[in-house]
Amino acid sequence: MELSEEKLLKMYQDMIEIREFERKVDYFISHGDITGTTHLYIGEEAIAVGAINAAEEKDYISSTHRGHGHSIAKGVNIKEMMAELFGKTTGSCKGKGGSLHIVDSDTNNLGANGIVGGGIPIAVGAALAAKMQENGEVILCFFSDGAMNQGAFHEAVNMASVWDLPVVFICENNQYGMSTSVEKAFNIQDLSARAKAYNIPGVKIDGNKIMEVYEVVQEAVERARQDGGPSLIVAETYRWKGHSKSDAKVYRTKEEEKAWKERDPIAQFEEELKAQGILDEQKIEDIREEIDEKVEAAVKFAQESPFPDKEDIYDDVYVDGEVEL
Amino acid sequence: MREITGRQAVNEALREEMERDENVFLIGEDIGIYGGAFGVTNGLLDKFGEKRVRDTPISEAGIAGAAVGASLMGMRPVAEMMFMDFITIASDQIINQGAKIHYMFGGQMNAPFVLRMPAGAAAAGAQHTQSLEALLYHIPGLKVVMPSTPYDLKGLLKTSIRDDNPVMFIEHKKGYGEKGEVPEEEYTIPFGQADIKREGEDLTIIATSHMVFKALKAAEELAKQGIDAEVLDPRTLVPLDMESIVKSVSKTGRAVVVHEAHRRGGIGGDIVARIVDSEAFYYLETPIKRITGPNTPVPFSPVLESEFIPSEEKIIKGVLDILD
Ligand SMILES: Cc1ncc(C[n+]2csc(CCOP(=O)(O)OP(=O)(O)O)c2C)c(N)n1
Ligand SMILES: [Mg+2]
Repeated sequence: MELSEEKLLKMYQDMIEIREFERKVDYFISHGDITGTTHLYIGEEAIAVGAINAAEEKDYISSTHRGHGHSIAKGVNIKEMMAELFGKTTGSCKGKGGSLHIVDSDTNNLGANGIVGGGIPIAVGAALAAKMQENGEVILCFFSDGAMNQGAFHEAVNMASVWDLPVVFICENNQYGMSTSVEKAFNIQDLSARAKAYNIPGVKIDGNKIMEVYEVVQEAVERARQDGGPSLIVAETYRWKGHSKSDAKVYRTKEEEKAWKERDPIAQFEEELKAQGILDEQKIEDIREEIDEKVEAAVKFAQESPFPDKEDIYDDVYVDGEVEL
Repeated sequence: MREITGRQAVNEALREEMERDENVFLIGEDIGIYGGAFGVTNGLLDKFGEKRVRDTPISEAGIAGAAVGASLMGMRPVAEMMFMDFITIASDQIINQGAKIHYMFGGQMNAPFVLRMPAGAAAAGAQHTQSLEALLYHIPGLKVVMPSTPYDLKGLLKTSIRDDNPVMFIEHKKGYGEKGEVPEEEYTIPFGQADIKREGEDLTIIATSHMVFKALKAAEELAKQGIDAEVLDPRTLVPLDMESIVKSVSKTGRAVVVHEAHRRGGIGGDIVARIVDSEAFYYLETPIKRITGPNTPVPFSPVLESEFIPSEEKIIKGVLDILD
């Protein structure tokens, strides 16, 4: 796969940006500036970045409760996303959504979702529209292992299959849904086997290897664009942090965590790019510095932005602005 | 008397009922080693094992359906919806199936399961904060229990588990941390008995779930201004203890209904209608006021969320409005 140096560097930068953004979020959660429930994407960066870069800008994504990474890879304004997490009026959703509901119509991001599996039928609906409108757009539908046991998954994938819809189902198999391991929740080891039941292509890949993600997703996107129907890609990965801030992680071992961290998707990509002479220590330092500044600017923007006015609660219930008190 | 939290109260009720009846078992997401998203089932896996404390895949329709089905066969399932919002996913099994089995089968079968679910705004955005009791209240065949204090949570959960009908047991996330007196000795609380949490002469504040705590605080404030409010907690919505409500409102001649759920179609409207339908109507001296969440989804930002939740101040203002 021949990718320009520029594109490879952009992908590397996106991964770093996700990780640094999430580290900052983690910090502000523990300091109480960010309230509520937040799920961090650290450890899974190769999937969002590899997949989204394999599609075109005009293509859409649907995201999950663990969605900051998808949004960044798709090009969200991180100032607005950070402000949203802080509950500020300058946030992506004017403070009404929070982490579980980041959305960005400017970058064709159909939104995160607080309901596990809730985004999958929506992605299929968007793909139905793309097909009806014959606009050549493809939808990347992200979810994790846990969502595959919702009825919504089965209904939606079947519909996409019988109607040959342009959607790529991307499972980020991070081995757990909260405390429940894939082993406990499934009676199959290879989750991509589910594709057979819907007669669509299904493949399991190493989700910590960004180029593998890129190649497999690109093939699926092109097939979908040529009216070849949906695919299921199961990318194996691991979430480094607890499910959310209250998680004591009693259901998994330190050894397991360590083994996965040794397969850090960013470190692996960095090695590859170094070997190709695209990256060196100086360049890495420059990139990190640049991203630190960008994330710091997002934090500053979020901190300095005002909270919404109480009265704003009534806005946006209906498109025409009406609300019955 | 000893004081425990709402969380401990629910945990004790589950523990005691599982000890009492081996047919009682728990089913839900992350209720085992994780102890539930709110720590309510902590320790129960260790005590009763995986057979009776069953972690499930993320499959709310399947969880509710498994509770319905097992209950038909003589088991006493207590299923947990991690958040009340997820009953929307389980709603076929709850509303079309479980609720109707006894009636539409002409009494041949019954479905004695309990569905526990935390409701209420607590910094989690529009899909994790709803108070959807009115949806359940609307459905014939379901009993709907919505306690406030640790004492009521424990006593009513035990009654729910022993009841022969489907029982929707609605907890409030903020109620898990509230402390209150709970005796060591075994007790149960019958359905359909409201509790007067504070006696008063000037008006009746009818409040549900976590709003009971706010209403009590508001009543203390009002007392300083010489207004003597009675605070009535219905505790169970189906059956609803109209007798106590009518009695209290007939005594005070004024009523304010407080709930966190949206105003439109909320149970407040039905309670008001039922007061107006009753002889309490003749004793009313002022209009009845509802203090509720607005007709908007629950917003995330702390500023907006606290605007959503009926506050002590809003309750006080509502009371002063009708007393003017
Ligand atoms: C319908 C529904 N059920 C349960 C939850 C609570 N919950 C939030 S995330 C989560 C685990 C999700 O696991 P998975 O789909 O594998 O995503 P991951 O967290 O691993 O990214 C659960 C149970 C929810 N948000 N929505
Ligand atoms: Mg997962």
